[in-house]
Amino acid sequence: MSRNSALAHGILVASIVLLAFPLYYAFVISTQSLDEVTSLPPKLAPSTHLVRNYADAWARVGMGRLLLNSTIVALAVALGKIVISLLSAFAIVYFDFRGKQLVFWMIFITLMLPVPVRIVSTYQVVSVLGWVDTYWGLTVPLMASATGTFLFRQYYRTIPDSLAEAAQLDGAGPLRFLWSILLPLSTANIAALFVILFVYGWNEYLWPLMVTNSQEMRTAVIGIDSLIPRTSQLPEWNVAMAAAMMVLLPPVAVIVVMQRWFVKGLIETEK
Amino acid sequence: MRRAVFRNPWLPYALVAPQIVITIVFFFWPAFDSLRLSLYRASPFGDRLIFIGGSNFARLFGDPAYFRSAATSLGFSLVVTVGGLAVALLLASLANAKIRGLALYRTLLLWPYGIAPAVAGVIWLFVFHPSFGVLPYLLSFVTTYQFNWFLKGWVALALIVIAAIWKQFGYNLAFYLAGLQAIPGSVLEAASVDGAGPVRRFFAITFPLLSPVTFFLFTLNMTFAFFETFGLIHAVTQGGPGDATSILVYRAWKDGFDGLQLGYSAAQSVILMLLVIALTAVQFRYAEKKVTY
Repeated sequence: MSRNSALAHGILVASIVLLAFPLYYAFVISTQSLDEVTSLPPKLAPSTHLVRNYADAWARVGMGRLLLNSTIVALAVALGKIVISLLSAFAIVYFDFRGKQLVFWMIFITLMLPVPVRIVSTYQVVSVLGWVDTYWGLTVPLMASATGTFLFRQYYRTIPDSLAEAAQLDGAGPLRFLWSILLPLSTANIAALFVILFVYGWNEYLWPLMVTNSQEMRTAVIGIDSLIPRTSQLPEWNVAMAAAMMVLLPPVAVIVVMQRWFVKGLIETEK
Repeated sequence: MRRAVFRNPWLPYALVAPQIVITIVFFFWPAFDSLRLSLYRASPFGDRLIFIGGSNFARLFGDPAYFRSAATSLGFSLVVTVGGLAVALLLASLANAKIRGLALYRTLLLWPYGIAPAVAGVIWLFVFHPSFGVLPYLLSFVTTYQFNWFLKGWVALALIVIAAIWKQFGYNLAFYLAGLQAIPGSVLEAASVDGAGPVRRFFAITFPLLSPVTFFLFTLNMTFAFFETFGLIHAVTQGGPGDATSILVYRAWKDGFDGLQLGYSAAQSVILMLLVIALTAVQFRYAEKKVTY
């Protein structure tokens, strides 16, 4: 048994070290001078240029604005999708109304087609609306998906009918019930969905690339593209890596801090 | 089925309105527009559309580059998914023991999921950098072969495969570990007493019992490899060298936005849609029948 657990620890530690190495390497490069970055053999210890590289990366692409945009997009996509799916799931589970089946299937079918398969046309719609290069254009089209609605629908269905009936007897209307009873009960699901959607919104690449054309509206993941040294340019990988570190930190931090809900969210949204 | 509890003539419509409006405007409209556009071609000045029927599709099916791209997509997705899952399952099986600190291990495995594919690509791009990267440097001691992804298609593919697997690997491993820990030890012990060796125990008991986890991870990884790797390709290889890493989504984007061939790109979108619908249908059937939950 102890030999087994030694093997288990060994494999897990080795996997973690292997996973962490590229990130460590990127961090190390982000602290080195250009000379150190381009010298062989590669230096694998941190050096002294950290502040300079990060300040450089920050200034060259307007990192403050990029990170602000990414934060706005990630929060808007996460919160917007949570709100609209909470409401529609509530209507579908707790009300009977004409056309309910149609509504259900209209939402359900969006599960099938992610943004990348209808790129050109979605762009045209956004341009007809005059939303190109705006926060509206960046965020609202990413909310058209059913995952959240299904998560809340599944969850509401596990809540006994008697709860809503009791609320009704006490004179609470549907919105009162939603706000005072259902919402507090759903916090774990909301948190789970939030982590998944925040990371999704922050890391989305194709859509911001298409729908923005000014540097001020770019999000961080695509904004750092210009810092990647191409063949004919000075190989300033130290600056590129500094930018990469700044861009990857927020979503990784959200996952680590909200880990419990992250795992729940991964499982629930994929069901 | 739940009995509806509340009654109100207009409230339910108000509650579903935001989602329905967004779905119609950003889902149904573009989806139908893709279908329509796929039958047209933009005029040379881009000012009007000319109806050409099925020509876009005929052109696609007559284009060997499109089939190459489809093959690249499929191969890439399968290698990332099957390869990544096989390694994760192997390591998880070897590491399956009642040990302390599993929660900490899980945290240390899950974080790479948060890294954007494009950013993961940039990091691996430097690891693979032909002049300064640590990997070609180490390989240069073993072989004189030039692992230059600028020039060699297979190295570029290996680069994006590794970057993609890297991002997914930690949580694949974490999920398999959790699945394995849920299998009662008594079942495996009983098989062991009956004379089943470790390999036999794995294929007769562990693997079937893990099928829900495998199914879940397979879907997640396939979707990721097929669609979310766009950023990785765009930031790192731009489909090259040649079209070695030009997956279907990248191609549809490139023809539509770089090449401004709207109809041709829309036709590719339509094919992608059919592909996803087929995959989803298969997934539902499979989920109902084969997987033991």
